[in-house]
Amino acid sequence: MGVQEQYPFDVGAIRDDFPILDRLVGGNPTSPGQDETDDVDLVYLDNAATSHTPDPVVDRIADYYRSYNSNVHRGIHQLSQEASVAYEEAHDVVADFIGANGREEVIFTKNTTEAMNLVAYAWGLAELGPGDNVVLTQMEHHASLVTWQQIGKKTGAEVRFIEVTDEGRLDMADAAAKIDDDTAMVSAVHVSNTLGTINPIRELAELAHDHDGLIFADAAQSVPNRPVDVEDLDVDFLAFSGHKMCGPTGIGALYGREELLEAMQPYLYGGEMIRKVTFEESTWEDLPWKFEAGTPSIAQGIGFAAAIEYLEEVGMERIEDHESLLAEYAYDRLTDLGGVEIYGPPGDERGGLVAFNVEGVHAHDLSSVLNDYGVAIRAGDHCTQPLHDELGVAASARASFYLYNTVEEVDALVDAVREARDLFA
Amino acid sequence: MGTGSDMYRQQILDHYKNPRNYGELEDPDFTHVGENPSCGDTIKVDVALDDDGETIETVAFTGDGCAISMASASMLSERLRGMTVDELDALDTDDVTEMLGVDISPMRIKCAVLGRQVAQDGAKIHRGELDPDADRTRTEE
Repeated sequence: MGVQEQYPFDVGAIRDDFPILDRLVGGNPTSPGQDETDDVDLVYLDNAATSHTPDPVVDRIADYYRSYNSNVHRGIHQLSQEASVAYEEAHDVVADFIGANGREEVIFTKNTTEAMNLVAYAWGLAELGPGDNVVLTQMEHHASLVTWQQIGKKTGAEVRFIEVTDEGRLDMADAAAKIDDDTAMVSAVHVSNTLGTINPIRELAELAHDHDGLIFADAAQSVPNRPVDVEDLDVDFLAFSGHKMCGPTGIGALYGREELLEAMQPYLYGGEMIRKVTFEESTWEDLPWKFEAGTPSIAQGIGFAAAIEYLEEVGMERIEDHESLLAEYAYDRLTDLGGVEIYGPPGDERGGLVAFNVEGVHAHDLSSVLNDYGVAIRAGDHCTQPLHDELGVAASARASFYLYNTVEEVDALVDAVREARDLFA
Repeated sequence: MGTGSDMYRQQILDHYKNPRNYGELEDPDFTHVGENPSCGDTIKVDVALDDDGETIETVAFTGDGCAISMASASMLSERLRGMTVDELDALDTDDVTEMLGVDISPMRIKCAVLGRQVAQDGAKIHRGELDPDADRTRTEE
């Protein structure tokens, strides 16, 4: 024992809610699910890509399909009313979770990327033009980077990038220089999915607001694992995805300040988002439905709320503490191994992920060898190609942790990395 | 154990650590470059033909990438010698995995076939069957 004694909650009890963590791997990957060819324990360290879904959440989704599956909003019959109440209340759960004023400020989207595109199209195309600038960071995920880059091309707005220091932190002097009176939007990643850096969103918000600009926080890697409050961060927009926080895929949320969302025109048109339609004209439904055209992801929305309730039961501060514990332990052990280059700030000031390269081993080879030991990590550019260019590498390996991961799993990672290093030596 | 460590049998590691025909030809009949952008694998293949213009006399390659892509290019550079351009053109994915002598996991096939694709596209450009100004060879699509 040792580090395990510092667990902020009963990790074993948490793991019992995730049967997938007990499965074996190592066999034929072309047939889904465990079969007799699988023979090693799964060590799942790819949580920044997607997290697993606990039984209580799976049960809530199954319950919807089994007992009140129906389309929402317009139905008069009982099932539709039950589904509508559950789906609409899911917005309240999300709003409470992030400190928004109410469901009017929470739009359900497919994911963080769609939330980013919603703002880029509904706000950006209308508001941006030549002479304006949008300020991003060099560590943006492609979700924000590509979106604003392309909106910049469409509108003539300049896109600027706040530089990253050699230690993997945001250069705040550069931020102060690049955010100016022509800055219409600052779009910044809260926790970097590659460097693990926790960015000072509140300071960036202050800079943006001082110049009458807005700020959008990409919270895909922060909302799942730490307390996030939109009032504390003082952000105008914020987005995150359900599947990275124990929820299902196909659901995410956009937070927006009500007066901003009120002023924006819809991004998608169709059913469920209108109030009155004639052959000539249409008027829009109230927030947030104005931005949720078509049949929404109902089961996913309900599952999203269930996931938040699950996480809140554990406690976001405690989840943050657990992730920090594992990240620091992994950082230290990989550093001690030798021949491992880790990107981003030191272990005690990062989110729960570690991206690295092993000398002489391509990240994809590393990931293949680790897979043999049942260790699931990600290898590639993690949707931050320009950042990898800055780091001078084509790809990296990334281990990312969540509330159900253990010190023993970090040990299994380190042992497998050692084996891979020796194989290629 | 799964396909991963099987993938790194001695032969693969040997070709990765000591690539054959690594370098550039002084006077190639054709040269082509290809990449897997997401992995960062890049391979350049130089091919010199016999006087008949059909038989491959020498092959050299340079590149950066994972063990699978580099070992595959190295083995291919040996295999191609003496083959005709038509025979090169006929090489398929099974031929490449057979040459490697290991099972390649589905997500890594694109690494294994990059060298072959670069050589084939280079030959097509040489014969005027592919636009040389077209996008560089990629094996991800």
